[in-house]
Amino acid sequence: VNLEALAGRAVELAGDAGATDAEAWAEEATSRRIRVYDGEVESLSDAGGRGIGVRAFVDGRSGYAYGTDLSDAGLAEVAGAARAAAEAADPDEFDGLPDQFGATELDGLESPVLREWTTERKVELTLAVERAARARPGVTQVENAVYSDAEGSVALANSRGFSSGYDATQAWAYASAFAGEGADLMTGLGVQLARDPGSLDAEAIGAEAADRALALVGARQPESRRCPVVLDAFVAASFIGFIGSMLSADAVQRGRSLFAEREGDEIADPALALVDDATDPGGPASAPFDGEGSPARRTELIGGGRLLTFLFDARTARKAKRSTTGNAVRGSYRSAPSVGTTNLVLDPGEHDLAGLFQAAGDGLYVTDVAGLHSGVNPISGTFSVGATGRLIEGGEAGTPVRELTIASDLVSMLQAVREVGSEARWVPFGGSVKAPPVLVAEMAISGS
Amino acid sequence: VTLVEPALAERVLERALARGGDFAELYAEGRRSFGISLDDGRVERPSGGRELGACVRVVQGDSTYYGYVDGLAEEDLLRVAESASQALRAEAREPVALEPLHRGGGHAVATHPEDVAVDEKAAVLRACDERARGLSGEITQARVGYAEGRRQVEVFGSDGRAAADDRTRVRLSVQAVARRDGRVETGGDNRGGHAGWELVAADPEQVAEKAAQRALALLDAIDAPTGRLPVVVGNAFGGVLLHEAVGHGLEADAVQKRASIYAGRMGDQLAAPFVTAYDDGSRPNAWGSDGIDDEGTPTQRTTIIEDGRLTSYLYDLVTARREGAQPTGNGRRESFRHVPVPRMTNTFFAPGDATPEELIGEIERGLYAVSFGGGQVEPATGDFVFGVSEGYLIENGKVTAPVRNATLVGNGIEALAAIDGIAGDLDIASGICGKGGQSVPAGVGQPHVRLRELTVGGTA
Repeated sequence: VNLEALAGRAVELAGDAGATDAEAWAEEATSRRIRVYDGEVESLSDAGGRGIGVRAFVDGRSGYAYGTDLSDAGLAEVAGAARAAAEAADPDEFDGLPDQFGATELDGLESPVLREWTTERKVELTLAVERAARARPGVTQVENAVYSDAEGSVALANSRGFSSGYDATQAWAYASAFAGEGADLMTGLGVQLARDPGSLDAEAIGAEAADRALALVGARQPESRRCPVVLDAFVAASFIGFIGSMLSADAVQRGRSLFAEREGDEIADPALALVDDATDPGGPASAPFDGEGSPARRTELIGGGRLLTFLFDARTARKAKRSTTGNAVRGSYRSAPSVGTTNLVLDPGEHDLAGLFQAAGDGLYVTDVAGLHSGVNPISGTFSVGATGRLIEGGEAGTPVRELTIASDLVSMLQAVREVGSEARWVPFGGSVKAPPVLVAEMAISGS
Repeated sequence: VTLVEPALAERVLERALARGGDFAELYAEGRRSFGISLDDGRVERPSGGRELGACVRVVQGDSTYYGYVDGLAEEDLLRVAESASQALRAEAREPVALEPLHRGGGHAVATHPEDVAVDEKAAVLRACDERARGLSGEITQARVGYAEGRRQVEVFGSDGRAAADDRTRVRLSVQAVARRDGRVETGGDNRGGHAGWELVAADPEQVAEKAAQRALALLDAIDAPTGRLPVVVGNAFGGVLLHEAVGHGLEADAVQKRASIYAGRMGDQLAAPFVTAYDDGSRPNAWGSDGIDDEGTPTQRTTIIEDGRLTSYLYDLVTARREGAQPTGNGRRESFRHVPVPRMTNTFFAPGDATPEELIGEIERGLYAVSFGGGQVEPATGDFVFGVSEGYLIENGKVTAPVRNATLVGNGIEALAAIDGIAGDLDIASGICGKGGQSVPAGVGQPHVRLRELTVGGTA
């Protein structure tokens, strides 16, 4: 199947249906997912899918439709449905295709190694992840070990002559291990993502799951206090992802971001530098162009503690009299593009985790948070979220703790960042984020 | 509408069992969806789509092999069946001849939403916007969303099972923003069901009004208290507490992997004798209801807690077979791109004898958690966290100041044991539940429920 040709044909059909401008996004992917439990394959899948989504513009109104029937009749139906849907929308003078298009040359989005691996070898890798987790003394159960990969192609075409496409591969594996029994049972997650299974370290993934669970055995509810807090890379990534969503110009323009009116302000400690980078080959969300054909780029969001810019797509940029930052993001062909982050990268600092513990002295090391999305007020930024981790006692990780909440507000937390750690890693939480651990000078801990 | 002719289904099942397997299944689905929203006073993002696809799985012992494909072309279905059978090495097995197609039902749809003009849907969005803004000059924004979906489903099993379901769901949601001086608060509400346009058309402005009232109440909110307090949880969406803190731990996959704090507790007295709870996927027109589950098992009412004792887990076919239990109609999947796993349908506490006023009246100092912004639980430990989106202080038996940023933190087993009162005002709300990367509609509900003591994490 020639996806670019299909996308071009759908654009043509939308024009025939009366659209003044149109754009089509076509996708094809095959994926494999392997789940093992107790040394056996629990499930194994082999799947393929393809579909197309059309955005049609009619006199400042836009509508979207998608479908899986890629015959000419199917494309015509999707194009016609997008054109018809547009009738229902109110006109928006800023809506429309970007003014400029392009694709940034990116290497390393696909790895030929993925195709060289047989299913048997992938099963063996998944089993090795589980074995590595079970091998650690004190691990009572490995709930699951999962391997997944995808090989996909994307094409985008529009009525202004843009037509391009790219291929990408992904492979990732994770395990969830338990330590302790009954009421004392604690869980730990280990995860890695890459472009092919050859780059995944089964031993390390299993060991990480085990070690994270073992570190929490015997956890109790701590006393309430205010103290320095070290967020591990997983937790820092979750917060960064949430902050990234608040930097969307769409959220800002609709009055739903606490960062509205704060552009240029000092919103964080000078140690903090945050970038949205669609060009990093290691970033799962990297792509040559965004969801509406703007070339991929690297955008500094926070530098020297200052809020440098928001994230724009064509519509929000036009409204703000700015340029798009290439942040029109699509979940899949089933959804129209909307403003979002690509890969968020938090610049690493000088000290490793032990160094952050030393700097904290006595405090809390948070290894998991729950309820971030329900616990943060997106407009005021105040939050109270459930947490699990260990106390930091005399500069070292000490007593495990659970059933506590940490509370602050996002801006206070950003300004209270005292140090950013040196060990950054890709984390599939909060979107796609590369973050090191972070030391926050003070937060409120609520326990007993 | 027939998606797959039974004769073709039999050929696909035969191919799936060509290299052995205890059981094979073909799941075919036609999906249609449409959504439109209003934001900042403007109707926008009209979006619709159609998909057709199928999933084939072969189950052998504790292993499941599956594949899925877009479209229902014969060669694609046979190829997926072939691929799913690849890992097996046994003798071919003959599928049982298919029974006549059983059609699920019980959820009347008066007006199919696809027969309603888009303008009428846009008009509902505008009416909601107007009502929210009209309630007070302090309401500065409203976001209104409408979504409809239809899933036509056919399931064919190598044990002869043949079942079909035609499911229509609609959902209206409103989020209002209130502003006073520098302070900004949001409030939300929604209404959804396994029903037609009639559910939305009946006084939709009520949803907007409730959302706006919640946002306005928060303008006067004080910071939530911190510590261990008695808590009264509101009806309807308050049931997310049961869903998260108990329900997920009763899903048989978690139980069988000892990844649930409720494993090995069947028959135990976990709550006071006046506590009873159900999972009911057959409740007429409820958000989490279907005629059959996604494996063709008719939906049913399952008593999960009876008079305080744990009475049942929730099973799909695979987990039921593993322990010789009867499937409970809880094998659900997001779409043909997923395999079914045990999932809740509509989960709720049965009504009790008290009134909400009585429950509140006996508390000297506590928290009234009317609604939650969401919640999360680790089924293995039972530890949960809920963000309270609408909450009030209880002082000397009276509901007083609204509070913001309250979080409830606790453990499912402890919370069940802490229930010391249930009111009679059962109501069910519509939620979206995520598990293992699959989102399905789940009804959550309860009457007002009181817990003796729970950890409240506030900011005060």
